[in-house]
Amino acid sequence: MSRSPGQVALALAIALFLGVFLIVPVATVVYVAFTEKGGGGLTLVNFLDFGRTDLFVRSFWNSVYVSGMTVVWASALALPLAYLTTRFEFRGAMLVQTLGFLPLIMPPFVGAVAMQLLFGRNGSVNLLLDEWFDFKIGFMEGLNGVIFLQAIHYFPFILVNLSAALRNIDRSMEEAAQNLGSHGLRLFRRIALPLALPGYIAGSSLVFVKVFDDVATPLLLNVKEMLAPQAYLRITSIGIDDPMGYVISVVLILVAVATMWATALVMKGKDYATTQRGGGGLARRQLKPREQVLAYAVVILILTLVLAPHVGLVLLSFATVWSFSPLPDGYTLAHYMRVLGDSSVYIKNTLLYSGLAAAIDVVIGGTIAYLVLRTRLPGRQWLDWAASTALAVPGVVLGIGYLRAFYGVSLPDGTPLATLWIVIVLAIAIRRLPYALRAAYAALQQISVSLEEAAENLGATKARTVRRVVVPLMTGGLLAGFVTSFATAAVELSAVLILVQSNSDAPLAYGLYVLMQTPAGRGAGAALGVIAVLIVAICMGLSQLAVDRSQRARGLDI
Amino acid sequence: MSKPARAVGIEISGVNLSYGTTHVLKDVALSIRPGEFFAFLGPSGCGKTTLLRLIAGFAQAQTGKVLLDGQDVAPLPPWKRDVGMVFQSYALWPHMTVAKNVAFGLEERRLPRAEIDRRVSQALELVGLSAFAERRPAQLSGGQQQRVAVARTIAVEPKVLLLDEPLSNLDAKMRVTVRRELRSLQQRLGLTTIFVTHDQEEANTICDRIAVMDAGRIQQVGTPMELYENPANLFVANFLGSANILDERAGVPIPAGKRLVFRPQHATLSVAAGASLHGPVTHREFLGATVRYAVRIGDSEVLIETPFQSGRELRMVGDMVGVDLPPQRMLFLPA
Repeated sequence: MSRSPGQVALALAIALFLGVFLIVPVATVVYVAFTEKGGGGLTLVNFLDFGRTDLFVRSFWNSVYVSGMTVVWASALALPLAYLTTRFEFRGAMLVQTLGFLPLIMPPFVGAVAMQLLFGRNGSVNLLLDEWFDFKIGFMEGLNGVIFLQAIHYFPFILVNLSAALRNIDRSMEEAAQNLGSHGLRLFRRIALPLALPGYIAGSSLVFVKVFDDVATPLLLNVKEMLAPQAYLRITSIGIDDPMGYVISVVLILVAVATMWATALVMKGKDYATTQRGGGGLARRQLKPREQVLAYAVVILILTLVLAPHVGLVLLSFATVWSFSPLPDGYTLAHYMRVLGDSSVYIKNTLLYSGLAAAIDVVIGGTIAYLVLRTRLPGRQWLDWAASTALAVPGVVLGIGYLRAFYGVSLPDGTPLATLWIVIVLAIAIRRLPYALRAAYAALQQISVSLEEAAENLGATKARTVRRVVVPLMTGGLLAGFVTSFATAAVELSAVLILVQSNSDAPLAYGLYVLMQTPAGRGAGAALGVIAVLIVAICMGLSQLAVDRSQRARGLDI
Repeated sequence: MSKPARAVGIEISGVNLSYGTTHVLKDVALSIRPGEFFAFLGPSGCGKTTLLRLIAGFAQAQTGKVLLDGQDVAPLPPWKRDVGMVFQSYALWPHMTVAKNVAFGLEERRLPRAEIDRRVSQALELVGLSAFAERRPAQLSGGQQQRVAVARTIAVEPKVLLLDEPLSNLDAKMRVTVRRELRSLQQRLGLTTIFVTHDQEEANTICDRIAVMDAGRIQQVGTPMELYENPANLFVANFLGSANILDERAGVPIPAGKRLVFRPQHATLSVAAGASLHGPVTHREFLGATVRYAVRIGDSEVLIETPFQSGRELRMVGDMVGVDLPPQRMLFLPA
């Protein structure tokens, strides 16, 4: 615990970075939303216009509806899986927990077109249904399509949080209830679920916000009347002087903040840490044969849905023509050739941007974690808060903010700062910073302060202690943070969508989005998608490996 | 709580229980009388908690029977057994108030609301926590939480009461108070009660009878005094109080395959010459009321405790002493 000039300098540098690349752009957006068009005084007139425009009001409620329904459907997928895998002897448990992660590897917009081909009005499933039973199901009709796709992609957030919460319940909690005469679903409803509620709510609110802020998925499904897409369309079609894009941005921020605030309110006093001494996992119950059949049926159905976008994407990437038929007419490698040939700039850009962004995140996240946990600098908590506010800023809003704030700033040769590719990197870095920060906190919290005190006691200075003790011990955690940031940055789109000025500067996600817009580009887009999924999947595997190895190296397998 | 119509006995016979290759309970047989306060006493890992959980239905034996009031409970799941268990961690549900916790079992039994309210306040009154009904468990002290756990269990008027190390999460002072409370509560209710503990003092002070367990087997069953005076084997002799154990090399006649066992306070020190047991003093510890000497006899070391009286001369380390032991205080136990 200390305060040295070096630490003060570090803190100021980070504060400056966050100020310029997070606070200023967001503040600019808010400011523009509250000023008259053409640079007048402060006003609320833009918000009145928003409320008087049918399109925007309709879009707002559509977004609320889609996000809410996504949470409902995602819960319907996650609840049975979580209950089954944490409370029963179930051989599919590992499969569920592993495959359940698949959708997280691939953001929903990547598989949107493929899902259209599988579940759309004239998609594989409906063609077969029509042929066999003479009816079709409107999975992908309008808003339903967005809900369907988002629920499949985001239910793992609920599954992961809920499963962890269920596993953390001390087994005596449920045994006590059984001892007093409770069992089965009633026991689950009265004891397990309330105790796991914090985990469920955390997952659900995350899903709600993610869906509310998503730009690309609705647009790829040709749904324009939702709020985030409207913000994007407004800025890109009318221009950066139109106040409506900013007003919508402020509304998006407000919704995100309100959701988080409501979550915190509900969770208040509910953070039960029930894992006590004498704990251990709950004795899992055996399924009866009939229950087993039912359980497998549910799991297989859900996993089929989970895998559908991936299967569809792979099929599409190899398809010659795929239209009005359950399966493609023929298969080809041409799309991959095309993508690895003239579109390889997308891949190169992605690796460069994600790598830089992840490096920035780990350095800044690690430094903030150290300053907060290990020093007494006044205001150090503010760095944490500032970095974490990025969670409440939708990508599209950050993109708009960068465009507005940095367009006026010109480089010596006259090009605006906002058109430089490095701005894309910074936007991605700011977006992923909260996650890298959490990873850094976790890594640092596992290191006992006494290890550092021992080094200082033996004559090492603060700086040398950090270099020789803290950083080596944090390596595993920071590496995991780096890889996670890298992987998720590789498929970041909503901020990128606004900031990309030319195809040569575009990352993979952008290329995919553009290619997917036209039937001719779909195959190549899908090939890009498969490559993106592979990059992310490999990174996630590496990150898991890094965490495992560093924990084993330190004997932390408690 | 009104006194149950009739206290219930527990018969356990031929129980063997394994988890994988670990044989946790071996040929356990036990008869617990109606209304008895009974203890399972043993070191950690001896199987005492598993035996308790078997009675509650949270563990399944491979062989043997558990009869509650003459009825085999094997086919009954935990929620139909009607045995009240107080968990070591108390397992109070943090999302419910104290009153809700206590009402839970009654609600599960679908009792009318008025009856539930009556019995909740009765149970809380019995443990002296009426004023805390609307608190959350986290707002109570460890001792209060423990009493809520007891109230929650006895509110449903179970056939038997199972207490799993109920005092282990309390500080030393609270333990003495709470164990007296438990004893008097059990007496008033006349409820057959099993108390699991690794602490011989706890078991001795409140239980009618004790089953001493080690390595999955019941070593001996008896009242605390019987176990102390007549331990069946070396484990029991050692586990209840301290015991000196000597083999045939000590210099006194010991039957083949047996060991001589005696308590430190039953021997006295004398002059070495002529004593059959003799050797040098190796340590001396002053304990207040007594002085404890360690004396080397052959390859072994025995402890002798003598009352401390001021003015009386003490032996020094290195003195040669004799150890006098009245024949009626000699126990010969199987090695």
